[in-house]
Amino acid sequence: MIPLQHYLIVAAALFSIGFAIAVTKRHFIGMLLGIELMLNAVNINLIAFSQYDPEKLGGQLFALFVIVVAAAEVTVALAIILRVYGHYKTVDPDQVSDLQK
Amino acid sequence: MIEATAFYGFSILAIASALFILFSKNLIYAAFALFFSFLGVAALYVLAGADFLAVTQIMVYVGGVLVLLIFGIMLTQKANRNEDSSAHNRVDVLIKRGAWGFVLGGGLFVFLLKIILSSDFKMAGETNNSKSTIRTIGVELMTSHLLPFEIAAVLLLVALIGAAYLAINRNPAQ
Repeated sequence: MIPLQHYLIVAAALFSIGFAIAVTKRHFIGMLLGIELMLNAVNINLIAFSQYDPEKLGGQLFALFVIVVAAAEVTVALAIILRVYGHYKTVDPDQVSDLQK
Repeated sequence: MIEATAFYGFSILAIASALFILFSKNLIYAAFALFFSFLGVAALYVLAGADFLAVTQIMVYVGGVLVLLIFGIMLTQKANRNEDSSAHNRVDVLIKRGAWGFVLGGGLFVFLLKIILSSDFKMAGETNNSKSTIRTIGVELMTSHLLPFEIAAVLLLVALIGAAYLAINRNPAQ
């Protein structure tokens, strides 16, 4: 039986790395990769706590809804990124600073 | 013993892949490293007794999200034929931005580590990881979590229609 703290430490490391990726990448899709990693780290936390609740499995159900919301978020974000790329011809978030060109 | 070896091995796989994404300059390589990171996370789900969630993770993330992300990377390429091939998908990281990222990420990790190590969880329920979780998840989704289930269905429909509208209708001014 793995101690609960080890799951939490792995999840904290993945969350911090995902946050650093979302801050440092100068590419919209690179930022999206970091956000996906952060959502996965949160799911590890929920599932690690859920193993102490085998009758109701509230954490696993919450993780399931997080996966659904992440899938919806990625599709809409990619569609918006394609529109922004078609309009500005760049994927650098620093260069997309004006609303109307 | 085998459980501990698998746990630490897959944890190292997930974290090393995440670090590769952080330091990689090539976005396609980063997307493939994210594949290994998702696989490591799915293995951690299995070790925590969530078999259905692990299969869902592999199907949704590896089968759907990652393919979508790779298509997004390929569709937002600049067509510079005269450059060398290694210059494609190149993501530049400003020094200032990189420093901020490392400071914020490292600070967040130290903060979370301090909280986790100082916490003292009292677990009430017993742990029984031997049986499958599919029956429990199905019964709970159809009884006490029916409203969030339906809302998730509506959300997926809205996301489908919205993404299709945004991606197809390239120039609404015309």
